Amino acid sequence: MNLIDVLILLSTTMGLLTALSIVVLSLTWLERKFLGRIQMRMGPMRVGPYGLLQPIADAIKLMSKEDVLPGWVDKVVYWVAPLIVFVPTFMIWITIPVAKDLAIRNMDMGLLYIVAFSVLSMVGLVAAGWASANKYAVLGGFRAAAQLVSYEIPLILATLGVAMLAQSMNLVTIVDQQQIGLPYIFVQPLGLFLFFTAGLAELGRTPFDIHHAESEVVGGPFVEYSGMHWAVFFLAEYINTFAIGALTTLLFLGGWTFPGLPTDILPIGITIFLIKTYMVILVIFWIRGTYPRLRIDQLMALGWQVLVPLAFLNIILTAIYMFYGWPVWSSTIMSAGILIATFWGLSVHMKTAPAPVYTVKLYTPPAQEA
Amino acid sequence: MVLSVDGERVVDMEPHIGYLHRGSEKLCENELYVQIVTLFDRLDYISNLNNEMAFCRAVEKLMGLEVPERAEFIRVILCELNRVASHLLFVGTFGIDAGAMTPILYTFRDREKIQSMFEAVTGARMMHNFIRIGGVKSDVPEDFTDRVKLLRDELIQGINETDKLLSFNEIFLARTKGVGTIDADSAIAYGMSGPSLRACGVPMDVRKDEPYSVYDRFDFGIPIGENGDSWDRYYVRVEEMRQSLKIIDQALEQMPDGPTITPTRFILRPPAGEVYVRGENPRGEIGVYLVSNGTDRPYRVKIRPPSFCNLMALKEMIKNTYLADAVVILGSLDIVLGEVDR
Repeated sequence: MNLIDVLILLSTTMGLLTALSIVVLSLTWLERKFLGRIQMRMGPMRVGPYGLLQPIADAIKLMSKEDVLPGWVDKVVYWVAPLIVFVPTFMIWITIPVAKDLAIRNMDMGLLYIVAFSVLSMVGLVAAGWASANKYAVLGGFRAAAQLVSYEIPLILATLGVAMLAQSMNLVTIVDQQQIGLPYIFVQPLGLFLFFTAGLAELGRTPFDIHHAESEVVGGPFVEYSGMHWAVFFLAEYINTFAIGALTTLLFLGGWTFPGLPTDILPIGITIFLIKTYMVILVIFWIRGTYPRLRIDQLMALGWQVLVPLAFLNIILTAIYMFYGWPVWSSTIMSAGILIATFWGLSVHMKTAPAPVYTVKLYTPPAQEA
Repeated sequence: MVLSVDGERVVDMEPHIGYLHRGSEKLCENELYVQIVTLFDRLDYISNLNNEMAFCRAVEKLMGLEVPERAEFIRVILCELNRVASHLLFVGTFGIDAGAMTPILYTFRDREKIQSMFEAVTGARMMHNFIRIGGVKSDVPEDFTDRVKLLRDELIQGINETDKLLSFNEIFLARTKGVGTIDADSAIAYGMSGPSLRACGVPMDVRKDEPYSVYDRFDFGIPIGENGDSWDRYYVRVEEMRQSLKIIDQALEQMPDGPTITPTRFILRPPAGEVYVRGENPRGEIGVYLVSNGTDRPYRVKIRPPSFCNLMALKEMIKNTYLADAVVILGSLDIVLGEVDR
């Protein structure tokens, strides 16, 4: 490896890090503004026009904060945990293409690589919880472990359906296939639902935010962290959000392609890709503003009793559809039918079990004699 | 609250109360009767007017004081508005307990309107000291009726909005249905009252059972639940807000003209004797036991706070639930610690 190679490596890494940091800054601003809109507030307004400089002010605040090291923690694990969380989230971006020819390294097994690396950050969460030696942190860490392990399976199985349709695990090929045919949202709506739901759980976002639920475990694994170490967790969380948004876009929404636009030209492709990704992320924020949080047993039940069987069903359907070479609309109908049936079933189940709703009624006492 | 947990399961819990103890009952013995009203403001600081009303009624009963009719109507309207404000706060915080962050901002918007209304009428947003012994401090502003009618429409809209957002949300149902169930017999045995008891299917409401003030002139229903779980406790309160608005509507229609206070001396000396008065607070039944020995200060004031009695049932409800449920159950009882500890 000569000097040029090293320089290229360093500059790409720094470039990626810068780009992701800018994305994270924009996401924090967007989340606060968007949630503010949902909740009839303005969101940040003071720093810069429309509060645009707020994320930068926050970053400066976090950097200048004292990094507290509690006396009882396991020092090595405590300091390393943020890195274990951050590095995998950063690593998966190496193979995510942002436009047709814009990926740091386009791998043939890109999907597998992403799936493999995204599991690793869970270790960091457990380590952070354990090393903090705080009851809330430990509980949060274990919750994170249980949750991430269960939801990894439907996530992987959902991506498998896409890989079968595209006959490839290369993300660029997957997008190209969608450009030739239809975006996979129209072919496999069930797959999109599975991927997105499991993705939300992987991110630990509402309604699956049980590992850092404020009202139950305070801040979860991060409760003892402060300053830059906390900021690294925060950064990882938002990069992950962006990654799930990007993957949803690439796998189901046709990536950087758009009918009728010359999206092979780099700036147009990037713009289309970013617009789609931010739309997906806005949906994530929207859900956060609307839904309460699930309980841990309900979370596990949803994962293992609903999502995993559905994911297998999705794969079987895809296999049948591919094997017999049925027309595209047959897959759409099957997939959408199962999805609607699931929604209906879940809704009925939740409104009847364990007790039916509409139990509150008005009682008017019998008229008393004057 | 100290929880013993086994993983995510709650094995045992022990409520630790007393951190907000201010000795209100003892303080009452050293104050003039007119001064005690302000102490009652600070008991349950979410439903101040209802507390003031309970104490004033106790003194009036002891002295045999007649309250002008207009004053009674003003009291009822303000108390019911106060009830709505209290329940709105409950709906919002209960949403937070279940993990939904948006409802509280909607309910706070509506509660804020009620608070502004209170400010216009009483001059204070929280510690009103408006209901006085023998009536109310002053007459309401001229445009009171129109403003309350406007407020009522906005509140109905606001309640419906929150109802749509939260009440029948599948995840919210999953979190609250069948959680923290208590049956009617044990609820009565623990001395629960108010919406928490009504959620078990017991139609007990002091406003109906023992109508005080002018409550017997209004037509309103008592929302009751069936299962006694957290969702019933929540929805009984939502329905109660609608009933309260109905009462306000009727009270505005029937409000007579006239004086708003029976003049009394500044230093009251009620005759020696004892009296017990109960009233329906947003959280349940408040009881005031007042003993006078004929001087200008009461000999003893005992308060039966609804939050305290409801809290006692918590242990039974919380055992063998999940950790996340403990938060929801505590939230569904809607306690105010200022009242638990006095």
